[in-house]
Amino acid sequence: MAQEKQQEVKTHKLGVYMWIWGLLFVFSFFSYMVDYLNFEGLLRWTLIVFFMFSKAALIMAIFMHLFWERWAIVNVLLWPMSFILVFIGIMVAESEYTFFTRLFYFIVET
Amino acid sequence: MADTLDKLPKGIHGLTHDWSSDQTAFKKVPWGKAMMWIFLLSDTFIFSCFLISLMTARASTTAEWPNASEVFGLSVFGTSVPLLLIAIMTFVLISSSGTMAIAVKYGYEKNRKLCALFLLLTAIGGATFVGMQAFEWTKLIVHEGIRPWANPFGAAQFGSFFFMVTGFHGTHVSIGVIFLLIMARKTWRGDFDTGQRGFFTSMKSNYEAIEIMGLYWHFVDLVWVFIFAFFYLW
Repeated sequence: MAQEKQQEVKTHKLGVYMWIWGLLFVFSFFSYMVDYLNFEGLLRWTLIVFFMFSKAALIMAIFMHLFWERWAIVNVLLWPMSFILVFIGIMVAESEYTFFTRLFYFIVET
Repeated sequence: MADTLDKLPKGIHGLTHDWSSDQTAFKKVPWGKAMMWIFLLSDTFIFSCFLISLMTARASTTAEWPNASEVFGLSVFGTSVPLLLIAIMTFVLISSSGTMAIAVKYGYEKNRKLCALFLLLTAIGGATFVGMQAFEWTKLIVHEGIRPWANPFGAAQFGSFFFMVTGFHGTHVSIGVIFLLIMARKTWRGDFDTGQRGFFTSMKSNYEAIEIMGLYWHFVDLVWVFIFAFFYLW
Protein backbone atom coordinates (compact mmCIF):
# COMPACT_ATOMS: atom_id res chain seq x y z
CA MET A 1 0.00 0.00 0.00
CA ALA A 2 1.59 3.24 -1.09
CA GLN A 3 0.11 5.86 1.22
CA GLU A 4 2.78 8.52 1.68
CA LYS A 5 0.37 11.46 1.69
CA GLN A 6 -0.13 13.25 5.01
CA GLN A 7 2.47 11.03 6.65
CA GLU A 8 4.17 12.82 9.54
CA VAL A 9 5.37 9.75 11.40
CA LYS A 10 7.99 7.74 9.61
CA THR A 11 7.58 3.99 9.76
CA HIS A 12 10.31 1.44 9.42
CA LYS A 13 10.72 -1.46 7.06
CA LEU A 14 9.12 -4.74 8.04
CA GLY A 15 12.55 -6.38 7.75
CA VAL A 16 13.86 -4.43 10.75
CA TYR A 17 11.24 -6.00 13.03
CA MET A 18 11.71 -9.46 11.56
CA TRP A 19 15.46 -9.26 12.19
CA ILE A 20 14.99 -8.21 15.81
CA TRP A 21 12.36 -10.90 16.26
CA GLY A 22 14.83 -13.48 14.93
CA LEU A 23 17.64 -12.20 17.14
CA LEU A 24 15.38 -12.38 20.22
CA PHE A 25 14.62 -16.01 19.35
CA VAL A 26 18.32 -16.79 19.00
CA PHE A 27 19.24 -15.09 22.29
CA SER A 28 16.37 -16.85 24.10
CA PHE A 29 17.48 -20.18 22.66
CA PHE A 30 21.06 -19.59 23.80
CA SER A 31 20.00 -18.57 27.31
CA TYR A 32 17.87 -21.73 27.49
CA MET A 33 20.90 -23.73 26.34
CA VAL A 34 22.88 -22.29 29.27
CA ASP A 35 20.50 -24.17 31.56
CA TYR A 36 20.13 -27.22 29.33
CA LEU A 37 23.90 -27.77 29.08
CA ASN A 38 24.31 -27.20 32.84
CA PHE A 39 26.90 -24.45 32.71
CA GLU A 40 27.92 -23.58 36.25
CA GLY A 41 29.45 -20.74 38.23
CA LEU A 42 30.78 -17.53 36.72
CA LEU A 43 30.33 -18.70 33.11
CA ARG A 44 26.62 -19.37 33.73
CA TRP A 45 25.93 -15.99 35.35
CA THR A 46 27.92 -14.03 32.76
CA LEU A 47 26.06 -15.68 29.90
CA ILE A 48 22.63 -15.26 31.54
CA VAL A 49 23.22 -11.55 32.21
CA PHE A 50 24.69 -11.00 28.73
CA PHE A 51 21.72 -12.56 26.93
CA MET A 52 19.27 -10.85 29.29
CA PHE A 53 20.64 -7.37 28.63
CA SER A 54 21.00 -8.03 24.90
CA LYS A 55 17.32 -8.97 24.68
CA ALA A 56 16.25 -6.04 26.87
CA ALA A 57 18.29 -3.60 24.76
CA LEU A 58 16.84 -4.89 21.48
CA ILE A 59 13.27 -4.71 22.76
CA MET A 60 13.68 -1.20 24.16
CA ALA A 61 15.69 0.24 21.28
CA ILE A 62 13.78 -1.18 18.30
CA PHE A 63 10.39 -2.54 19.40
CA MET A 64 9.73 0.35 21.78
CA HIS A 65 11.31 2.83 19.32
CA LEU A 66 13.62 4.38 21.93
CA PHE A 67 16.42 4.42 19.32
CA TRP A 68 14.44 6.95 17.30
CA GLU A 69 13.13 9.03 20.22
CA ARG A 70 14.64 12.36 21.24
CA TRP A 71 17.21 12.48 24.01
CA ALA A 72 14.88 14.53 26.22
CA ILE A 73 12.63 11.52 26.82
CA VAL A 74 15.31 8.81 26.54
CA ASN A 75 17.30 10.37 29.37
CA VAL A 76 14.24 10.85 31.55
CA LEU A 77 13.56 7.12 31.24
CA LEU A 78 17.03 5.65 31.54
CA TRP A 79 18.72 7.69 34.31
CA PRO A 80 16.22 6.86 37.10
CA MET A 81 16.94 3.19 36.50
CA SER A 82 20.46 3.70 37.86
CA PHE A 83 18.83 3.91 41.31
CA ILE A 84 18.02 0.22 40.91
CA LEU A 85 21.76 -0.51 40.88
CA VAL A 86 22.17 1.46 44.10
CA PHE A 87 19.30 -0.51 45.66
CA ILE A 88 20.88 -3.80 44.57
CA GLY A 89 24.14 -2.74 46.21
CA ILE A 90 22.40 -1.92 49.50
CA MET A 91 20.46 -5.18 49.54
CA VAL A 92 23.54 -7.30 48.76
CA ALA A 93 25.18 -5.87 51.88
CA GLU A 94 21.99 -6.39 53.87
CA SER A 95 21.50 -10.00 52.77
CA GLU A 96 25.12 -10.87 53.59
CA TYR A 97 24.65 -9.46 57.07
CA THR A 98 21.37 -11.39 57.54
CA PHE A 99 23.02 -14.59 56.33
CA PHE A 100 25.91 -14.08 58.72
CA THR A 101 23.66 -13.45 61.75
CA ARG A 102 21.51 -16.46 60.87
CA LEU A 103 24.53 -18.76 60.66
CA PHE A 104 25.95 -17.26 63.84
CA TYR A 105 22.81 -17.56 66.00
CA PHE A 106 21.65 -20.89 64.59
CA ILE A 107 25.02 -22.33 65.57
CA VAL A 108 25.03 -20.64 68.99
CA GLU A 109 21.53 -21.88 69.81
CA THR A 110 22.14 -25.49 68.73
CA MET B 1 8.15 26.08 18.82
CA ALA B 2 5.96 24.27 16.25
CA ASP B 3 8.85 23.81 13.88
CA THR B 4 9.68 20.46 12.36
CA LEU B 5 11.83 17.95 14.24
CA ASP B 6 14.64 18.19 11.71
CA LYS B 7 15.32 21.84 12.54
CA LEU B 8 15.74 21.19 16.28
CA PRO B 9 19.21 20.43 17.66
CA LYS B 10 19.97 16.78 18.41
CA GLY B 11 21.87 14.80 21.06
CA ILE B 12 22.96 16.46 24.32
CA HIS B 13 22.39 19.92 22.83
CA GLY B 14 18.87 18.82 21.93
CA LEU B 15 18.32 17.61 25.51
CA THR B 16 19.20 20.98 27.07
CA HIS B 17 17.31 22.81 24.32
CA ASP B 18 14.12 20.82 24.90
CA TRP B 19 14.19 21.07 28.68
CA SER B 20 14.95 24.79 28.72
CA SER B 21 12.29 25.77 26.22
CA ASP B 22 9.80 26.36 29.06
CA GLN B 23 6.86 24.95 27.09
CA THR B 24 6.92 21.33 25.97
CA ALA B 25 9.86 19.20 27.02
CA PHE B 26 8.93 16.19 24.90
CA LYS B 27 8.74 17.56 21.36
CA LYS B 28 6.17 15.84 19.16
CA VAL B 29 5.61 13.11 21.73
CA PRO B 30 1.84 12.60 22.27
CA TRP B 31 0.91 13.11 25.92
CA GLY B 32 -0.48 9.58 26.10
CA LYS B 33 2.85 8.14 25.04
CA ALA B 34 4.80 10.24 27.54
CA MET B 35 2.40 9.17 30.31
CA MET B 36 2.67 5.51 29.32
CA TRP B 37 6.47 5.78 29.53
CA ILE B 38 6.26 7.36 32.99
CA PHE B 39 3.89 4.59 34.09
CA LEU B 40 6.22 1.94 32.70
CA LEU B 41 9.13 3.56 34.57
CA SER B 42 7.20 3.26 37.83
CA ASP B 43 6.23 -0.30 36.97
CA THR B 44 9.91 -1.02 36.38
CA PHE B 45 10.56 -0.04 39.98
CA ILE B 46 7.81 -2.31 41.27
CA PHE B 47 9.21 -5.34 39.43
CA SER B 48 12.73 -4.34 40.47
CA CYS B 49 11.62 -4.39 44.10
CA PHE B 50 10.23 -7.92 43.64
CA LEU B 51 13.37 -9.22 41.96
CA ILE B 52 15.72 -7.47 44.41
CA SER B 53 13.81 -8.93 47.37
CA LEU B 54 14.06 -12.33 45.65
CA MET B 55 17.82 -11.83 45.55
CA THR B 56 17.86 -10.80 49.22
CA ALA B 57 15.77 -13.77 50.34
CA ARG B 58 17.81 -16.22 48.30
CA ALA B 59 21.15 -14.86 49.47
CA SER B 60 20.20 -14.73 53.15
CA THR B 61 18.48 -18.11 53.60
CA THR B 62 20.46 -20.87 55.23
CA ALA B 63 18.30 -23.57 53.61
CA GLU B 64 19.02 -24.99 50.17
CA TRP B 65 17.31 -22.99 47.36
CA PRO B 66 15.22 -25.32 45.13
CA ASN B 67 16.76 -26.11 41.75
CA ALA B 68 14.44 -24.35 39.28
CA SER B 69 15.74 -26.53 36.47
CA GLU B 70 14.28 -29.63 38.17
CA VAL B 71 11.18 -28.06 39.72
CA PHE B 72 10.01 -26.65 36.39
CA GLY B 73 11.07 -29.65 34.36
CA LEU B 74 8.50 -31.36 32.15
CA SER B 75 8.64 -35.03 31.32
CA VAL B 76 8.12 -35.77 27.64
CA PHE B 77 7.70 -39.45 26.72
CA GLY B 78 9.36 -40.52 29.94
CA THR B 79 12.44 -38.30 29.70
CA SER B 80 12.60 -35.17 31.82
CA VAL B 81 13.37 -31.98 29.87
CA PRO B 82 14.38 -29.04 32.11
CA LEU B 83 12.39 -25.80 31.86
CA LEU B 84 10.61 -26.95 28.69
CA LEU B 85 7.31 -25.23 29.40
CA ILE B 86 9.07 -22.02 30.46
CA ALA B 87 11.09 -22.00 27.24
CA ILE B 88 7.93 -22.41 25.15
CA MET B 89 6.24 -19.62 27.15
CA THR B 90 9.25 -17.39 26.48
CA PHE B 91 9.08 -18.00 22.73
CA VAL B 92 5.31 -17.41 22.66
CA LEU B 93 5.67 -14.07 24.47
CA ILE B 94 8.53 -12.95 22.22
CA SER B 95 6.48 -13.85 19.17
CA SER B 96 3.54 -11.83 20.44
CA SER B 97 5.95 -8.93 20.93
CA GLY B 98 7.02 -9.31 17.30
CA THR B 99 3.43 -9.28 16.02
CA MET B 100 2.76 -6.21 18.21
CA ALA B 101 5.68 -4.33 16.63
CA ILE B 102 4.28 -5.16 13.20
CA ALA B 103 0.78 -4.03 14.27
CA VAL B 104 2.24 -0.64 15.32
CA LYS B 105 3.97 -0.34 11.94
CA TYR B 106 0.73 -1.07 10.03
CA GLY B 107 -1.13 1.29 12.35
CA TYR B 108 1.09 4.20 11.39
CA GLU B 109 0.67 3.27 7.73
CA LYS B 110 -3.10 3.47 8.34
CA ASN B 111 -3.49 -0.11 7.17
CA ARG B 112 -6.62 -0.76 9.22
CA LYS B 113 -7.21 -4.44 8.52
CA LEU B 114 -3.64 -5.72 8.85
CA CYS B 115 -3.20 -3.66 12.02
CA ALA B 116 -6.31 -5.22 13.58
CA LEU B 117 -5.24 -8.69 12.46
CA PHE B 118 -1.82 -8.40 14.07
CA LEU B 119 -3.35 -6.95 17.25
CA LEU B 120 -5.57 -10.02 17.38
CA LEU B 121 -2.59 -12.33 16.83
CA THR B 122 -0.81 -10.56 19.68
CA ALA B 123 -3.82 -11.06 21.94
CA ILE B 124 -3.93 -14.76 21.05
CA GLY B 125 -0.22 -15.07 21.90
CA GLY B 126 -0.80 -13.37 25.24
CA ALA B 127 -3.80 -15.57 26.04
CA THR B 128 -1.73 -18.68 25.17
CA PHE B 129 0.96 -17.48 27.56
CA VAL B 130 -1.52 -17.01 30.41
CA GLY B 131 -3.05 -20.40 29.64
CA MET B 132 0.32 -22.12 29.92
CA GLN B 133 1.00 -20.24 33.13
CA ALA B 134 -2.29 -21.49 34.56
CA PHE B 135 -1.22 -25.02 33.59
CA GLU B 136 2.13 -24.51 35.30
CA TRP B 137 0.52 -23.17 38.49
CA THR B 138 -1.90 -26.10 38.60
CA LYS B 139 0.95 -28.57 38.17
CA LEU B 140 3.02 -26.96 40.93
CA ILE B 141 0.15 -26.53 43.40
CA VAL B 142 -1.68 -29.83 42.87
CA HIS B 143 1.06 -32.27 41.90
CA GLU B 144 4.26 -30.84 43.38
CA GLY B 145 2.71 -29.46 46.56
CA ILE B 146 4.32 -26.02 46.41
CA ARG B 147 2.74 -23.51 48.79
CA PRO B 148 3.63 -19.89 49.56
CA TRP B 149 4.77 -20.95 53.03
CA ALA B 150 6.47 -24.26 52.30
CA ASN B 151 7.54 -26.64 49.56
CA PRO B 152 9.15 -30.08 49.41
CA PHE B 153 12.24 -28.91 47.50
CA GLY B 154 14.03 -26.61 49.97
CA ALA B 155 13.89 -23.01 51.18
CA ALA B 156 10.35 -22.05 52.21
CA GLN B 157 10.63 -18.59 50.61
CA PHE B 158 10.72 -20.14 47.13
CA GLY B 159 6.94 -20.59 46.88
CA SER B 160 5.98 -17.11 47.97
CA PHE B 161 8.38 -15.53 45.50
CA PHE B 162 7.25 -17.79 42.69
CA PHE B 163 3.56 -16.98 43.16
CA MET B 164 4.17 -13.28 43.78
CA VAL B 165 6.50 -12.59 40.85
CA THR B 166 4.89 -14.77 38.17
CA GLY B 167 1.40 -13.90 39.43
CA PHE B 168 2.02 -10.18 39.17
CA HIS B 169 3.48 -10.62 35.70
CA GLY B 170 0.59 -12.85 34.66
CA THR B 171 -1.84 -10.16 35.83
CA HIS B 172 -0.06 -7.68 33.59
CA VAL B 173 -0.34 -10.06 30.63
CA SER B 174 -4.06 -10.67 31.30
CA ILE B 175 -4.82 -6.93 31.46
CA GLY B 176 -2.80 -6.49 28.27
CA VAL B 177 -4.84 -9.16 26.48
CA ILE B 178 -8.10 -7.44 27.46
CA PHE B 179 -6.87 -4.10 26.15
CA LEU B 180 -5.46 -5.68 22.98
CA LEU B 181 -8.88 -7.15 22.23
CA ILE B 182 -10.55 -3.76 22.80
CA MET B 183 -8.01 -2.03 20.55
CA ALA B 184 -8.32 -4.70 17.87
CA ARG B 185 -12.10 -4.16 17.80
CA LYS B 186 -11.72 -0.37 17.66
CA THR B 187 -9.15 -0.64 14.88
CA TRP B 188 -11.23 -3.11 12.87
CA ARG B 189 -14.29 -0.87 13.19
CA GLY B 190 -12.22 2.06 11.91
CA ASP B 191 -12.50 4.28 15.00
CA PHE B 192 -9.08 5.76 14.33
CA ASP B 193 -9.98 6.70 10.76
CA THR B 194 -13.45 8.12 11.40
CA GLY B 195 -12.54 9.85 14.66
CA GLN B 196 -15.27 8.07 16.59
CA ARG B 197 -15.21 8.88 20.29
CA GLY B 198 -14.18 6.17 22.73
CA PHE B 199 -16.81 4.54 24.96
CA PHE B 200 -14.87 5.25 28.15
CA THR B 201 -13.01 8.53 27.69
CA SER B 202 -15.35 10.07 25.08
CA MET B 203 -12.24 11.35 23.31
CA LYS B 204 -11.21 10.99 19.70
CA SER B 205 -8.18 8.83 19.18
CA ASN B 206 -5.78 7.90 16.40
CA TYR B 207 -3.20 5.29 15.53
CA GLU B 208 -0.82 6.66 18.17
CA ALA B 209 -2.99 4.66 20.59
CA ILE B 210 -1.67 1.48 18.96
CA GLU B 211 1.91 2.49 19.68
CA ILE B 212 1.02 3.31 23.31
CA MET B 213 -0.62 -0.12 23.60
CA GLY B 214 2.53 -1.54 22.03
CA LEU B 215 4.77 0.10 24.62
CA TYR B 216 2.83 -1.62 27.40
CA TRP B 217 2.95 -4.98 25.65
CA HIS B 218 6.68 -4.81 24.91
CA PHE B 219 7.23 -3.88 28.55
CA VAL B 220 5.42 -7.02 29.66
CA ASP B 221 7.76 -9.01 27.40
CA LEU B 222 10.73 -7.06 28.78
CA VAL B 223 9.81 -7.94 32.37
CA TRP B 224 9.54 -11.61 31.40
CA VAL B 225 13.13 -11.46 30.06
CA PHE B 226 14.30 -10.51 33.56
CA ILE B 227 12.03 -12.99 35.38
CA PHE B 228 13.23 -15.76 33.06
CA ALA B 229 16.86 -14.89 33.80
CA PHE B 230 16.65 -14.31 37.55
CA PHE B 231 13.97 -16.73 38.65
CA TYR B 232 14.27 -19.66 36.27
CA LEU B 233 17.85 -19.67 35.03
CA TRP B 234 19.88 -18.22 37.91
